[in-house]
Amino acid sequence: MDKLPHIWCPGCGHGILMRSIAQAIENLGLDKDKVCIVSGIGCSSRAPGYMDFNTLHTTHGRALAFATGVKMANPELEVIVITGDGDATAIGGNHLIHACRRNINITTIVFNNNIYGMTGGQYSPTTPTGDLGTTAPYGNIDRPFNIPELAAAAGATYVGRATAYHANQLIKLVEKGIQNKGFSLIEGLSVCPTYYGRKNKKGSAVNIMQWQKATAVDVKVAEKLSPEQLEGKFLIGEFKNTTAPEYTEEYQKIIDRFTKER
Amino acid sequence: MKNNNIKLMQGNEAVVEGAIAAGMRFYGGYPITPSTEVAEGSAQKLPRVGGKFIQMEDEIGGMAATIGAALTGVKAMTATSGPGFSLKQENIGYAAMAEIPCVIVNVQRHGPSTGLPTSPSQGDVMQAKWGTHGDHPIIAISPGSVKEAFDLTVRCFNLAEKYRTPVILLMDEIVGHMREGIRIPDASEIEIIDRKKPADNDNDYLAYKVEEGECVPPMAGFGDGHRYHVTGLVHDESGFPVNSNAVADKLCTRLMTKIEDNIDDIVTYEELYMEDAEIVVLAYGGTARSAKSAVKKAREKGLKVGMFRPITIWPFPEKQVKDFAQKAKGIIVAELNYGQLVLEVERVVKGTSDIFHIGKVDGDIITPDEILSKIEEVI
Repeated sequence: MDKLPHIWCPGCGHGILMRSIAQAIENLGLDKDKVCIVSGIGCSSRAPGYMDFNTLHTTHGRALAFATGVKMANPELEVIVITGDGDATAIGGNHLIHACRRNINITTIVFNNNIYGMTGGQYSPTTPTGDLGTTAPYGNIDRPFNIPELAAAAGATYVGRATAYHANQLIKLVEKGIQNKGFSLIEGLSVCPTYYGRKNKKGSAVNIMQWQKATAVDVKVAEKLSPEQLEGKFLIGEFKNTTAPEYTEEYQKIIDRFTKER
Repeated sequence: MKNNNIKLMQGNEAVVEGAIAAGMRFYGGYPITPSTEVAEGSAQKLPRVGGKFIQMEDEIGGMAATIGAALTGVKAMTATSGPGFSLKQENIGYAAMAEIPCVIVNVQRHGPSTGLPTSPSQGDVMQAKWGTHGDHPIIAISPGSVKEAFDLTVRCFNLAEKYRTPVILLMDEIVGHMREGIRIPDASEIEIIDRKKPADNDNDYLAYKVEEGECVPPMAGFGDGHRYHVTGLVHDESGFPVNSNAVADKLCTRLMTKIEDNIDDIVTYEELYMEDAEIVVLAYGGTARSAKSAVKKAREKGLKVGMFRPITIWPFPEKQVKDFAQKAKGIIVAELNYGQLVLEVERVVKGTSDIFHIGKVDGDIITPDEILSKIEEVI
């Protein structure tokens, strides 16, 4: 309690996302001593400071690289990465695709608020084209990343997306991501009323969550809908659930080869 | 029985042997000339002793993974060269701030930029000290032979563990690629220092609380049962970030003093013919081999010349240099750059002795004759 008040703005969705992760860990009954939560820099990345596990707040964009070292050195740890849209896909984009490619057993939750919040509202790699940011005063001309598609293409074996509004679904996705033996990525669409919302006239936090509720379509439902019906919508749910050799286990096989020879 | 474990190897290979002897069980890095043999040797040897090697996607990732591994209680190392060293700097600063023991090998190559990748240089002396941002201490050690590459790698790990700090093995390509026969000592002959850990039953563990009489806090490994927070932000004794001037001042000051107060423990050097030396040649790393040869030739000619070789580059052996500068008429600093460590010598000597410089940036070594003619010129 001495850590309160937390640093997030009123109406920020990050608290809901953080709570969903904590709930998933609780539901799975994980040993707190064996959970390690790693983050980079940004609004989202302050979450581990409020969580009672082995927690590591690293440098901007590097959470996955630090986490890879933690997981490799001690595969017994359940390593969970909390990262932001800028952290994960701009400065940390290279680490993200390579963590996916290796299929190392880490669960990453991207808190996507579509903006650089901590530095004051600059556009990020997920800011929609045309939207405003302090560094896109005439409208953003960049095309945004679709993070789950990016992760799936790079080799992540479990991929999902939910929103701050769909918190219960997020809990389930995080649980399944943790249970997946390999690299899991779950995008949590957050709410930033202070910078993204205000700059782009999206209304209050409640308005933004109502928009999330109205615009999200579950992937399973979307299969039965026409492109016209999906116009202007975004997908949530479980996008990918496959298996592939896990990195730390493959390395352990090399170690075992020598210990058996002795 | 006499140990006959004598092997012919490169400096880079000796680093791997030394690191494993010191207890290194994790290597995270990215290949770069002329340090690649350190990565290759680690990839080959680590799984055989139950350790882990990972080739990360870039230099930044290599440094990050090294720190992450060190946090689980493992001794971790990375190796690189000039351009890669620049990329690692932000995370080296992180390790300094969060007090994570780790070793960074920098086999220096010619620069700036990609320069001459396979040619020797000693151009990263200042980068080793000031490469990252903010005020922080650093320990950098420069071996002058293959045997020393082994011994000093062990020492780098020991100092990293003792002072909870990143330590840089500031090698040069001369020593990295030189082959010499060395005797690999038995494990019983090697002093190993491990980080202090909190007691298992220490339920009040504060990760950044320094006990009376200690200079660093005990360090729990992630997974050991002491849950705590690690950050590069200014943090209180629990590790949680705080925006307090008083806490910032206390933390940053302690980071400096934990090294400054222990300079005598950290600084090592080699002296040759220094008793009556009128001229002192100061050189380090591979260049010191040419200096030693030049000084011996000068003595044969009856010239009163000595050699001082800093082995610990940072912190600089200030006391020793100040001392001999009082007696010597001149100091010749020989180094493979336009003039880096000579600045530190000038700062320390403060005009009490004349200072001359031999700097070379053509990618070749400084020869004994070049040093000898400078000696004859100034004596």
